[in-house]
Amino acid sequence: MTTRRPSFVIYGLLGAFVLGSAFPFYWSYLVASRDNSVLTGDFTLIPGGNFFSNAMRVFDTIPFWKALGNSFLVSGTVTLSVVLLSTLAGFAFAKLRFRGRGVLFLFVVATLAVPTQLGIIPLYMAMAEFGWAGEMEAVIVPNLVTAFGVFWMRQYLLDAIPDELVEAARMDGCSLWRTFWHVALPAARPAAAMLGVFTFMQSWNDFLWPLVVLNADNPTLQVALEKLQSGYYVDYSLVLAGTTLATIPVLIVFLVLGRQIVAGVMQGAVKG
Amino acid sequence: MTATLSKVDRGRAQEARPRPPRRYRLSNLDTKVSPYLFVAPFFVLFATVGLFPLLYTAYVSLFDWEVGADEPAFIGLENYRTLFQDDQFWNALFNTFSIFLLSSLPQIVVAVVLAALLNANLRARTGWRMGVLLPYVASLVALTIIFGNLFGPQYGLVNDVLTAVGIGPIDWQASTFGSHVAIASMVNWRWTGYNALIVLAAMQAIPRDVYEAAVVDGASALRQFFSITLPLLKPTLIFVVITSTIGGLQIFTEPKLFEPSGGSGGGAEHQYQTVVLYLYQSAFQGLDLGYASAIAWVLFLVVITVAALNFFITRRAVR
Repeated sequence: MTTRRPSFVIYGLLGAFVLGSAFPFYWSYLVASRDNSVLTGDFTLIPGGNFFSNAMRVFDTIPFWKALGNSFLVSGTVTLSVVLLSTLAGFAFAKLRFRGRGVLFLFVVATLAVPTQLGIIPLYMAMAEFGWAGEMEAVIVPNLVTAFGVFWMRQYLLDAIPDELVEAARMDGCSLWRTFWHVALPAARPAAAMLGVFTFMQSWNDFLWPLVVLNADNPTLQVALEKLQSGYYVDYSLVLAGTTLATIPVLIVFLVLGRQIVAGVMQGAVKG
Repeated sequence: MTATLSKVDRGRAQEARPRPPRRYRLSNLDTKVSPYLFVAPFFVLFATVGLFPLLYTAYVSLFDWEVGADEPAFIGLENYRTLFQDDQFWNALFNTFSIFLLSSLPQIVVAVVLAALLNANLRARTGWRMGVLLPYVASLVALTIIFGNLFGPQYGLVNDVLTAVGIGPIDWQASTFGSHVAIASMVNWRWTGYNALIVLAAMQAIPRDVYEAAVVDGASALRQFFSITLPLLKPTLIFVVITSTIGGLQIFTEPKLFEPSGGSGGGAEHQYQTVVLYLYQSAFQGLDLGYASAIAWVLFLVVITVAALNFFITRRAVR
């Protein structure tokens, strides 16, 4: 039964679903490629030739390249830090013995369910106090390590490194830091790569906190898009040119790493 | 190479001196202290940017605390008293749950069906899986803006299609139910494929011999699905519900950007203003930090309660 190839009905249904998944992206490009005046009412599925002129108008309206650079800076830094610090803590929880390990790890798991996002008001007050309001530090520092990252790396390292290997390294006089660097980190690579991809996407899409703490002159991409939409709402070909431009980097990442992202989602399900 | 050297090193050291060598004492300290240093970054960061702000939110909520005011006045539970009589708050709470239900229930049904389709012996398996996961990677802000356009009341594509098939246009922005359906559809569009892959992973973990036994007993494919697959998926489905609850009750981006230039009111009559959107409006536009903190704290308790409730139901279901 399981070896039989499925019927065209299944392919048809899946095909319809995937088309539906892709359609809003295409629609965004469609509107962005046309002249605003033809938008009233009649729709066709054939793109027009105005995408570049609309994209140019986006660059004139919002600091697009600065926002793109900021988004890369923020997501890149956060990703690097989350992967490194989560692997470090995950290694300690998985392979080292210390007093209070069980309780501390339980605490990490419990914090997974805590909606820390709801603390934005004091967080904003603190950032204003530090003089970080409007600066990238304000969106980087609070995200340097996550409970999910620690949990994820711990679960992976539990089986990925044999206890004997850690002990052998210790016998040879390796400090714990060197054991981490030369034994745990290389072994953690597959899980760390997945954590990296997910952290990057999450950070890239983060919106509420950046909207609160950043301003229109020095935004991330998401905040810049919001300004574009709230200021120029009638001009849909301009606004959707902005969303199309912002979507292109994500689509490239997805085409390159899609296979790994699929595997990551499915693995997370089994482990979680 | 360094490893062998140090081994020899230590051997020599031990021969030479009776008392434990310095290196050994250092490594003892290393064993005792380093694990704490390794886990410290998480705990320090969580304490400063996670836990402390949450607790301080409770503190701020006891004050009449305006942005820029010199001396916030302590008013006890006054903010909460006002909040519980605030129609806009109850409305926001209703909207949040309404959007949440409209998005989670259909989503789970479709995700299970989709997972069953993906579980067939497909050609280009990974390609199909990537296809359904596509919405998950897209930028939420961009997508909300695109959906806002699709659901536009006058020139939106959805209304064009509805008019063409004779149902007639619906005012997706002005009507309460309409706006909730539109916002829920964004959530559904984004998360259904993702959840389908999670369910798919759980489906593939079901041992094959269970199905073989059913085939021997003459069970149809449909019967197998309802009598074997679905019951065994229960823990996974509850997991999906819990994670979507915690996120769903804090929904912000979709209602914030649904209507172009809609501000933070969630529509002219707040018909789709959610709790976090009301919090945002009170704090960063109304500049009433005390009141906004009360909103945050009440929502915090709601989320924790619902999550805990879910947790206990899960435990019972798994047993």
